Formats: sequence, C-alpha cells, structure tokens
Amino acid sequence: MTRPAAIAVQPDWLEILQAPFMRNAFLGGSLVALAAGLLGFFVVTRQNAFAAHALAHIGFPGATGALLLGLPVTLGLAVFCVGGGLLIGLSGARVADREITTGTVLAAATGLGVLFASLAGATAGATTSVLFGNLLAISSGQLRLFAVFTALVVLVLAWIARPLAFASVDPAVAEARGVPVRALGVGFVVLLALTITMAVQVVGTLLLFALVVTPAATALRLTARPGRVAAIAVTLALASVWLGLVLSAVLPLPPSAFVVGIAVLAWAVVLLVTGRGRRRRWRATPFVDAHHVPRATAT
Amino acid sequence: MTAPAADSLTTGAAAGRPPALVLDGVAVARAGHTVWSQGDLTVPSGSVVGVIGPNGAGKTTLFQVVLGLLPVAAGRVEVLGAPPRRGDRRIGYVPQNYTAALGDAVRCRDLVGLALTGARFGLRRMTREQHARVDAALRRVGAAELGDRRMSELSGGQQQRVAIAQAIVDDAELLLLDEPLANLDLRNQHEVVALLGELRRERDVTIMVVAHDLNPLLPVLTDALYLLDGHPHHDPIGEVVQEDLLTHLYGTPVRVVRTAQGDLFTRGALPARGTPSPTADRPERAS
Ligand SMILES: Nc1ncnc2c1ncn2[C@@H]1O[C@H](COP(=O)(O)OP(=O)(O)O)[C@@H](O)[C@H]1O
Ligand SMILES: [Mg+2]
Repeated sequence: MTRPAAIAVQPDWLEILQAPFMRNAFLGGSLVALAAGLLGFFVVTRQNAFAAHALAHIGFPGATGALLLGLPVTLGLAVFCVGGGLLIGLSGARVADREITTGTVLAAATGLGVLFASLAGATAGATTSVLFGNLLAISSGQLRLFAVFTALVVLVLAWIARPLAFASVDPAVAEARGVPVRALGVGFVVLLALTITMAVQVVGTLLLFALVVTPAATALRLTARPGRVAAIAVTLALASVWLGLVLSAVLPLPPSAFVVGIAVLAWAVVLLVTGRGRRRRWRATPFVDAHHVPRATAT
Repeated sequence: MTAPAADSLTTGAAAGRPPALVLDGVAVARAGHTVWSQGDLTVPSGSVVGVIGPNGAGKTTLFQVVLGLLPVAAGRVEVLGAPPRRGDRRIGYVPQNYTAALGDAVRCRDLVGLALTGARFGLRRMTREQHARVDAALRRVGAAELGDRRMSELSGGQQQRVAIAQAIVDDAELLLLDEPLANLDLRNQHEVVALLGELRRERDVTIMVVAHDLNPLLPVLTDALYLLDGHPHHDPIGEVVQEDLLTHLYGTPVRVVRTAQGDLFTRGALPARGTPSPTADRPERAS
C-alpha cells in the first residue's frame, strides 16, 4: 500500500462554506443536533443506548426499500424507525425483555435491508451514504421534513419532559404516583425514532451515538441539573456539527468524521478532567459494527 | 442520635379518621398463582406496622395492592377510607432496593421534587413554595446539605434518608417502606428507626414497614402484619413477639429475650442474651 493521498487545505474553503449545499448542511445539522441533544439525557438515563443504536439499523431497510420504490429516503427511514420504535416500546418494561426484542427486530431489519439493497441494485455510494450519512447532500425537501420532525420532537418533549424524567430515573415511585410509565416509554421511543431518522442522514447509522448519546453523557459528567444537562448537550451537539462542517470545508474529508471526532474528543476531555471516580450506573454498550456493512451489495 | 427507648406510642386511632387499611376477604394472585388469601384485617390510622414474612410471602405484593398497582383477585380493600387508587397523593412509598435502582443522573433535590411535581405534564417551573417544601423535607430527615449531591454519591444511610424525604414531601398520611433497613449498618438502622418514630409523633402518619429483622424496629412498632402460611394477619406487636409464633413464621427456632428496654428476639441457635441483630456486622455500602 502506498501512503494515503496527501490531504491539503482547500484554499477556497470560505467559498465552499457559502455554497447552497453548505447552507442546507448547517441548517439540517443544527436541527438534528437540537433534537438529539435534548433526547440524549433520556437515552442515557433510560438505558436506551442499545435501542438508539438498533433503531438506526432498523431504518436501513426503510432507506434501501425507499430506493427500491423510488420514494424519498427520509420517508422510508421514518416509517421503519417509528415502526421499530413502537415494537421495542411495547416489548416490556424490563431491560432484558427489551433487549431481546430489540436484537431480534434488529436482525430481521438488517436482513431485509440487505435484500432491498440488492433488489434495488443500490450502488455502493448510496449504501455508504446510509451507513455513514452525508450531511453535504441534504436537499431542501429533506430540510423541510427535518424542520417538521424537530419541531414535533421539541414540542412533545417540552410537554412530557417532567413525567418522562420521573419515569426514567425513578420508575417504581413514578408509577405509584400515577405517572403513565408505559405510555411515556412508547412515546419516547417514537420521538427517538424521529430523531434517529434525521441523525442517520447526518452522521449515518454507524456513527449515530456521537450525536444521540455522547453529548448527553458528557453533560452528565459535568452536572446533574436537568436544565444544564439539556443546555450543555445541545451546545456540544451543535458545536460538533458546526465545527465538523467548517473542518470538512477546509480539508477535503467528509463531515461525519469530524462531527463524531469533536463530540468524542469533548467527551474524552471531560472524562479526564472529572476523573473516572464516579461510578457509572448505566451500561456502556460497545459495538463492533463492521459486520453490518453489506459488502455483497457493493457492486 | 440514638434509638429511642420504648416510648409509649399509642395507636392513635384519632377520632373520626378512617383506618389506614382494611382488607375484607382479600386474595391476591400474580401470574395466575395465589400469593396470599383470606386477608381480613384492619390497620388503625396512626399505627406503626411491621410487615413481616419470609421471602416471597407477598409483602411487596401487599404494598402494590395498597398503591393501586395490582387489582385483588377477591375481596374488598380500603386504603385511608377509599378503594386503592394509583397516584393517591396521600401515600408515600419507598420501594424495595430503591436506592440501588436510582441512577447517577439525578440530584437528591430533584428526586424529592419529582414526587411533588413529576406527575404533571406541561412546561411549568417549580414554584417557590414547592422548592421550600423540598428543602423542608430534606431538612426533616437530616439531609439538608445533601440536596445538590447525586444519589449515587451518598452512603446507604444518607440514601435512605433522601428516599424518606421523597416519601414525606407531599405530606403523606400513609408511608409504605419496603425493607428500608436492608444494607444499613446498625447505627444507620437505629437512626432511620428513630426518624420513623419522630415522623409518627409529629405528623400522626401511619407507617407500614417491611423488615426481615424486627429487633431494630421494636422501639417504634405498635403493630405487626405478618404473612403466615399464605394468609395475612394483624396483631398488636406485643402479641406477635412470641417464641412459638416467630419460630413458625421464620421457620427456624426463635428465642424471645425480654430486656429492660423492651422485647428483643433472637434467631436460631445463637447465643441468647443480647445477641446483636444478624445485620449488625454487615458493612454499610461505601459512598
Ligand atoms: N411481577 C411479578 N409477576 C409474577 N409473579 C410475581 C411478580 N412479583 C412477585 N411475584 C411472585 O409473587 C410472590 C410474592 O412476591 P413478593 O410480594 O415480592 O414477596 P416478598 O416481598 O414478601 O418477598 C412471589 O412468589 C413472587 O415470585
Ligand atoms: Mg419484597
């Protein structure tokens, strides 16, 4: 192997930043960062990280199915993510039950996705953009859908935030105090599915954690005040997207890598600064994902 | 703080107040299996009731019935004069293994506040009065300085205090505490028990507390509700601390030793006099 091609600073990066596709990327990325940053607290406290991850994959057949039928990819993603979310949300309160259902739905969806992708004769490029996201290819139509989804997520979340927080951190007492714990759980997974539908198109299936989990986990290391957790998580998610886009204009590399890199860097710095002393009660769920890349369809 | 000496806690069946709990021919089932049946008893308001019985006897299940979370298979239940109703604000509840189940993500102050406002939808800030009630509840249990800490950063005894603050913040008339002394060292057990006695005197609240070891609770208990051979029974505490009854209940020989301070019962073939409670040497969970 030769050394990778030298990566040079693009001299016209300021012009690139002003291009229309960049405007869409900034707007779309910001909408996703807002929704993801707000939901992150609940993903972490509800131990929904696996569900978040799985939903991203469950969207895959939706995306390839949409390619097959010539429909908008966002629509296909949304239908499968929300459908999968409902299945997971209804699958029981116990984490163990939930994980079994989630894993099974995940496997079925991935198989279906591979099938659709090969039926549609999807190019490696189209599949790659589902798996890794392509912020620079956000269309105006996608942007409008993103705006609707984000508005929906923010409004519903504002409405349910307090009982959802109660049900998330303290389900036993919340239920006794009359909080509809099950219904909130289902509602939350639907909001999560909508957010993931967007996030998949920004950072892709494989890098989704960086927007949905990492900013909130970073914020929770710094404070447990709910308002501040939300503010810090949203700020971190926004900063990752914006800085990532600027860097991708300066250096000819895809923004996903930078977005994820910045979010993870912030998390690592905070982890170092705050020390590893505090015990983490929620489970970190590591994944090795190379096996999900459908090489067979990459013709 | 030390455990109070056996003080004269009268079962304050205050005039006109309905009993805290009435069971009338009640049977409960879980997943098709009867857990217990023939529940016929009345817990007067103002009593401090030790709920005892072997593992799996249905003590937690009883609490779930009282909280309106589990419908009964037969009979009639009355809680504070009305049928059980989920979300009854007159009941404060500390679940079993409660503090272990709470995550890292919440401050004690917010946890207590959620019991006050957490069931309400919509974007509303907590009022000044609600903040004051949270502070008062934390102060009452001796946890005033813990409000800004996370639950996971506290010792077992501190966590239990915060849990009790959450249960009393809405001025509960009935407290249900499911094994609040588990995992506490002897000193913390005594402090929590003393706190329960004070709450009972100050607020005339009825307290039902599940425990495996009655010893630390004896100074404050007025009654016992025991689950024996699949049926719940209720008696004044003096009638329950009997060697043959406790031996039958625990399924292992129990000796009752009477001391100047009150009754003390010990289990098994342990050296009799002044045997510390079996939980005495269990270390408190590190913070
Ligand atoms: N969620 C549940 N579903 C089915 N059975 C249960 C459930 N919870 C408890 N049980 C059963 O009900 C019985 C009583 O349990 P529980 O009330 O927790 O006992 P205790 O608190 O006295 O140890 C046990 O046999 C237990 O197996
Ligand atoms: Mg129990």
